[in-house]
Amino acid sequence: MFTLEAFLPSMSTQRTEALDVERIREDFPILGRDVGGDIETPGAGPEDDTPLVYLDNGATSQTPERVIDAISTYYREYNSNVHRGVHHLSMEASFAYEAAHDRLADFIGASGAEEIVFIRNTTEAMNLIAYSWGLKELGPGDEVVLTEMEHHASLVTWQQIAKKTGADVRYIAIDEDGRLDMDHARELIGPDTEMVSVVHVSNVLGTINPIAELADLAHEHDSYVFADGAQAVPNRPVDVGELDVDFYAFSGHKMCGPTGIGVLYGREDLLEAIDPFLFGGDMIRKVDFEDATWNELPWKFEAGTPPIAEGIALAEATDYIDEIGMEAIQRHETDLVEYAMARLEEFDDIKIYGPPRGEDRSGVVSFNLEGVHAHDLASIMNDDAVAIRAGDHCTQPLHEKLGTAASARASFYLYNTKEEVDTLVEAIDSARQLFA
Amino acid sequence: MSMGSDMYRQQILDHYKNPRNYGELDDPSFTHVGENPLCGDAIRVDVKLADDGETIEAISFRGDGCAISQASASMFSGELRGKTLEDLDEMDRDDIIDLLGVDISPVRVKCAVLAEKVAQDGAAIYRGEKEDMEKTVTE
Repeated sequence: MFTLEAFLPSMSTQRTEALDVERIREDFPILGRDVGGDIETPGAGPEDDTPLVYLDNGATSQTPERVIDAISTYYREYNSNVHRGVHHLSMEASFAYEAAHDRLADFIGASGAEEIVFIRNTTEAMNLIAYSWGLKELGPGDEVVLTEMEHHASLVTWQQIAKKTGADVRYIAIDEDGRLDMDHARELIGPDTEMVSVVHVSNVLGTINPIAELADLAHEHDSYVFADGAQAVPNRPVDVGELDVDFYAFSGHKMCGPTGIGVLYGREDLLEAIDPFLFGGDMIRKVDFEDATWNELPWKFEAGTPPIAEGIALAEATDYIDEIGMEAIQRHETDLVEYAMARLEEFDDIKIYGPPRGEDRSGVVSFNLEGVHAHDLASIMNDDAVAIRAGDHCTQPLHEKLGTAASARASFYLYNTKEEVDTLVEAIDSARQLFA
Repeated sequence: MSMGSDMYRQQILDHYKNPRNYGELDDPSFTHVGENPLCGDAIRVDVKLADDGETIEAISFRGDGCAISQASASMFSGELRGKTLEDLDEMDRDDIIDLLGVDISPVRVKCAVLAEKVAQDGAAIYRGEKEDMEKTVTE
């Protein structure tokens, strides 16, 4: 019988091997840093005395040397504006920048560059669709369906567009373990639903939402689906065709890329039909004193000088991730989060949010230590150079539902180790002792 | 590493665990509330003035939040009794940091000054110098 594995034995072997974390860590210069000194002078300094334990990857991931090099090479060797130039540097830059769109299309299973719009981040992608599609198409009686675990990027955006258009926002409820209530989803998604905008992976709970199933529900009622993939694309294989989404977005800086670059995926026919969000240079075909026509996709949505170095560096980041292997990264994260949850569960005074250990979960664990506010906990852990995040993680309504103003969150990536999880647990114990 | 550990010296932890002037006054001259969105700290401050309408006779607070915000409210309320509204007006973040006696990391300053800002806004509203507002928010 035909099997893919039979034809690609080396690939399947490579992908089932554990990550060589020691070697991977060498790719990230920042991971060798000590911290603790003067914060007003950015960068390593003589007062820094404690090795960094970086567990804030859900907020931003670190950048491998070759991605830093891609940015540096661009500025050193072919920095130039794209598209309009016929000179050599501009052609080099244009070629690389356009190839980066192809690379990102390939990375998420889109059909081509025409479906890949480079924007600043996931939030901007959400705003682009909300303003250019939502403002025009939504009206009184229409409904936008979100989830209770939505990030402010989508929640606040659709809320404001709904206020402007008279549309209603509905929220799919979560159960006590932070999973979507799919019965509730089936109740909410109906003939008045125009858009289902859902987070693929929760940045707080680690829940993996059933996007393809939600897309089926939405499409049954002629609604569109927009999935926020900010916490999904960095750490699991994502194929927009398999998910059957109409729109999808993610940010470069959470997947070994630079800040200031993100991707909006949109189905080609939909992007063709939608008006541009930003007007200006580069996005036009023909302009006269009365009117203008739009450039072809995706440039129609990339007004002004785009993030050229960032886009090229993001393509380099996807190469890096693919060479290591997304399945291996995903399994490494799962191992770490399972281990972290098992360690945290040893203590009765720690409450963990989200689906229990053993379920499919991303590499984040949010928790609270009884009697210690999450911000106090994070400040004390900073003494041990353990970088975690504390607060509402841009999900205030979710935290209200969880019954807490703030939580502490540790989030792992391909370069983290079990030893770092142990340091995390020890640092939590320091806070426990201090507040006892 | 100076910043974090210094922030949680014994005095601050003591005020956090055993807050002074905690509760509500029976007949306050004014009451005001506020919050610090960073930590989700919330504070209500009650102030009772003496017959001269200037001297702070009694002050209490109630709140919920991080150790820095709650310890600061406890220490600040102790400091304020017997002072005048003018004294309160003149206080700024440096006074609060002096009162706490520790280095506060820049992002946590808004926790430390919450009680002070709430009391100052409450006084300003009471004297008609500020329009009434739902709550004070430290930014």
